[in-house]
Amino acid sequence: MLKLHQVSKTFNPGTINEKKALKNIDLHLEPGDYVTVIGGNGAGKSTMLNAVAGVWPVDSGAILIDGVNVTGMQEHQRAQFIGRVFQDPMTGTAPNMQIIENLALAARRGKKRGLSWGVTKAEKEEYAEKLKILGLGLEDRLTAKVGLLSGGQRQALTLLMASMQHPKLLLLDEHTAALDPTTAAKVLELSDKIISRDKLTALMITHNMKDAIRHGNRLIMMNEGEIILDVKGEEKQHLTKHDLMDKFAELAGTTLDSDEILLSKN
Amino acid sequence: MNLSLMAAGLSFPNLIGRLPGGVAQGIIWGIMALGVYITFRLLDVADLTVDGSFTTGGAVTVMLILAGKPAWLALLIALIAGLLAGLITGLLHTKLGIPAILSGILTQFALYSINLRIMGMSANKPVNPDRYNLLLTARTVPMAILVGAIFAIAIIAVLYWYFGTEQGSAIRSTGSNPNMSRAQGININNMKVLGLSLSNGLVALSGGLMSQYQGFADINMGRGAIVIGLAAVIIGEVLCDAFFRKGSSFYTRLTFVVLGGIAYYIVMVIILWLKLDSNDLKLFTAVLVAIFLAVPYLQAQRRSSYLLAGRRSAAFLKGKEGKKDA
Repeated sequence: MLKLHQVSKTFNPGTINEKKALKNIDLHLEPGDYVTVIGGNGAGKSTMLNAVAGVWPVDSGAILIDGVNVTGMQEHQRAQFIGRVFQDPMTGTAPNMQIIENLALAARRGKKRGLSWGVTKAEKEEYAEKLKILGLGLEDRLTAKVGLLSGGQRQALTLLMASMQHPKLLLLDEHTAALDPTTAAKVLELSDKIISRDKLTALMITHNMKDAIRHGNRLIMMNEGEIILDVKGEEKQHLTKHDLMDKFAELAGTTLDSDEILLSKN
Repeated sequence: MNLSLMAAGLSFPNLIGRLPGGVAQGIIWGIMALGVYITFRLLDVADLTVDGSFTTGGAVTVMLILAGKPAWLALLIALIAGLLAGLITGLLHTKLGIPAILSGILTQFALYSINLRIMGMSANKPVNPDRYNLLLTARTVPMAILVGAIFAIAIIAVLYWYFGTEQGSAIRSTGSNPNMSRAQGININNMKVLGLSLSNGLVALSGGLMSQYQGFADINMGRGAIVIGLAAVIIGEVLCDAFFRKGSSFYTRLTFVVLGGIAYYIVMVIILWLKLDSNDLKLFTAVLVAIFLAVPYLQAQRRSSYLLAGRRSAAFLKGKEGKKDA
């Protein structure tokens, strides 16, 4: 479903701030793969997701989504294939617009936006139904401005928007990191529910090792712009936090001491 | 200065007599403000093209009428000229990466020369309402108010419809959250160009109406238009929020933008009636806009500020000490 061939990206090349953020990344996701991505700060997790989403062009390599070469496509062009939820709950929704307007914008992702109504009557009922799965009572506040919602509510709404139109790929960039633990757990549970219900292919970055092990069918670990570990299926199910830390020490050649906090013990 | 003498020179009927003219001009500037509203509020861009495109609208309209074209056609072509001016600003910004505010300044600067050329290199072109068929003129103010109001209502209706469509929604979301818009597949550069064009089209249309109303196009008629437009938008919003505390619909807000233009012009009429020097008008306008821009901020400060918190904390600590002593 997603193929990365030898993808590289260097930020600020030729300057003192040069950073090789991605080094010849190879990754191949099967349809229905739900991959969790872990790694310390600066490991290249977000950079990899941004490369796939097309936030900037990559330096070399090729990115294919469902067989389509998207490497030369701009961010808004790739959006037809991709649903995204960001780390900052403020990023994924338009605050000055109504809940229903936000959903309607997402429902038209990848379609031509012409002069027919931005929100139709039929959509109102449809979205009210869809919002019920969140269990936040948003279905009764369809015309409320999104700016009035809490971070957790906005993130749940973004998740719903990202999963609309059955995207070929769902990108979750530490989408629970800015939420309190209870809300984070709810949003994660919701993510699982939507991914399995719609049989989506997903990449989820997390700083929480426990979450990385518990969710998804496959786990990759990144370090200094490279994928240093890729476990799936049976092997992943039996993975423990200590395994991960040992593997990190073995593969990255350093102990996890300093990064331990970043990878979060709980 | 002898105040009583000054007061004696002021006649109330004189003020009443001047008000309708103020209303007519206010409506025309209100239409201009609708254009400013699109960029300033919906697209979140401060577009300074308008000082030039207002004049472009006036110049195109007058020259076409002088060439014997019907006034409605002249206005239509003025609108298209404005669309093109906005298009240039939009392309400078999105294709060449020049910051929006600078793009607007560049286009506005270039338009000065272009406007002079449109007017045959003369700084002022009169159009005599006795000789040409104009849609509105200052000679029949009630008629001018009626025509202006019809234009304003029609434009509000079209804007209400357009910004409810898929395309209009995409423009609004671009202004509200560009990152989200891109992630939802919206080409935000195209939306900015569309919004800037539409805005300047309206501004030029309003310039065309103004040139007919005043009976001439002048190279300087658009000078400070952005400030007057902002004044109308902000006065309108403050009034709207005062009337509708629980929030208001989009067409109510648009209507209040036009009412803001009228309110602004009535204030100007009063200032002139007070026999203040008309050269000071720009100063008064700037002060007025500054006041209205500051109102929401100062209101928030009254509810919560470090000064207040400091005072409260001092009183709180004092109260605690007092208890200890007792």
